[in-house]
Amino acid sequence: MSDELRLSRRNALKCMAFGGAGTLFALSGGVLVPFDLSMAAGDTKGAAKLGKPLFVQISDTHIGFNKDANPDVNATLTQTIDLVNGMAEQPALIIHTGDITHLSKPAEFDLAQQLFSRLRSSEMHTVPGEHDTTDATVTEYFNRFGKASGNKGYYSFDHAGVHFVALINVLQFKPGGLGTLGAEQLAWVEADLKGRSSSTPIVVFAHMPLWTIYEPWGWGTGDADQLMTQLRRFGSVTVLNGHIHQIVQKVEGNMTFHTARATSYPQPAAGVGSGPGPLKVPSDQLASMLGITSVSVVKHPSSLALTDTALA
Amino acid sequence: MNPAGHQFWTLTHGKRLLCFTALMGFLAVCGPSSADPADATKIVVKDFMFAPTPLTIKAGSTVTWTNMDDEPHTAVSDTGLFKSGGMDTNDSFSFKFDKPGTYHYTCSIHPRMVGTIIVQ
Repeated sequence: MSDELRLSRRNALKCMAFGGAGTLFALSGGVLVPFDLSMAAGDTKGAAKLGKPLFVQISDTHIGFNKDANPDVNATLTQTIDLVNGMAEQPALIIHTGDITHLSKPAEFDLAQQLFSRLRSSEMHTVPGEHDTTDATVTEYFNRFGKASGNKGYYSFDHAGVHFVALINVLQFKPGGLGTLGAEQLAWVEADLKGRSSSTPIVVFAHMPLWTIYEPWGWGTGDADQLMTQLRRFGSVTVLNGHIHQIVQKVEGNMTFHTARATSYPQPAAGVGSGPGPLKVPSDQLASMLGITSVSVVKHPSSLALTDTALA
Repeated sequence: MNPAGHQFWTLTHGKRLLCFTALMGFLAVCGPSSADPADATKIVVKDFMFAPTPLTIKAGSTVTWTNMDDEPHTAVSDTGLFKSGGMDTNDSFSFKFDKPGTYHYTCSIHPRMVGTIIVQ
């Protein structure tokens, strides 16, 4: 039980006050299992045997957004950070799956970094969203977050025996189509995975979904199948995305696909309305539609477990 | 488009300045009563669509996109000829089309949003 996520009742109540803000992932027998973080925090039914928190996924912070759907995205990000900081055992890593900013403006990136600096977990890994790359020269994101990838946007690293692969699928967009990884990046992934044991837990993360959730809105990646072919031999693959501002999940063989909530504003379910724009909900419901995803390593059996927690 | 304007756009580069002056004079006299050329070069971005599309214009015209959605959009040429930044609500972007041709563009935030400009 020493590896359990231990959150006090007080923290559990704090989570609930924010309204249910995240997903906690734990590695379990090579499969990521999702748990609701507020439930895990309560831990009254033994549901929180989640092991050591591995990382928390934050997504779609959209700093700079100020419309009715959430006039204060700084406040909801701050609440999210408070929630993460309130975890009794801090996650080793923070993963941000993109759309850090709303309009790729320098001031938005600067404010985001200033807010992120309050996180107790100081190691943050990022991938850009399409909202982060709309500046004319596509340099604002890379000037701040490009070092890990040599400004390419894709890179990998290892932590606690888990191999993490960060991918970019928001630059080579195809008109009328889906996100794209591109041949160069796919070749890099192949080389990166070559020689790795199939028992290595893999976490892949990108901004746009790496599986087609709703093609008419571009909620998918056109050449993701080639990536999945490379990942299929691994015993535990967790694929994380943001972009759609709501939780959608599927399990396919050894692969778990999960898209996270935003911390900024919700979006409509696939195909509802004219497009994937900000969804205005009654203000007392907003926090319940925002949140994070966190991932823990469960050692017996060794696996990843995911928990979603909303802000309220 | 008035006949004078049409003729103007078919002239060679060297004569443009002269004719431009003449056209301005014509517009100064007839402007209020003739169709406003600017209307034909405005594209509204609303409900995740560019309208009108395709848009047919004369070479040398400046097209202005204005975003009316709560969600930001961009207008990015498929060939790299032009690229707006992220346009927030009520933001605009303009580009002048000098050469005849067919120009396709996309919103890089929502690639399903596509548009075409035909320059004559």
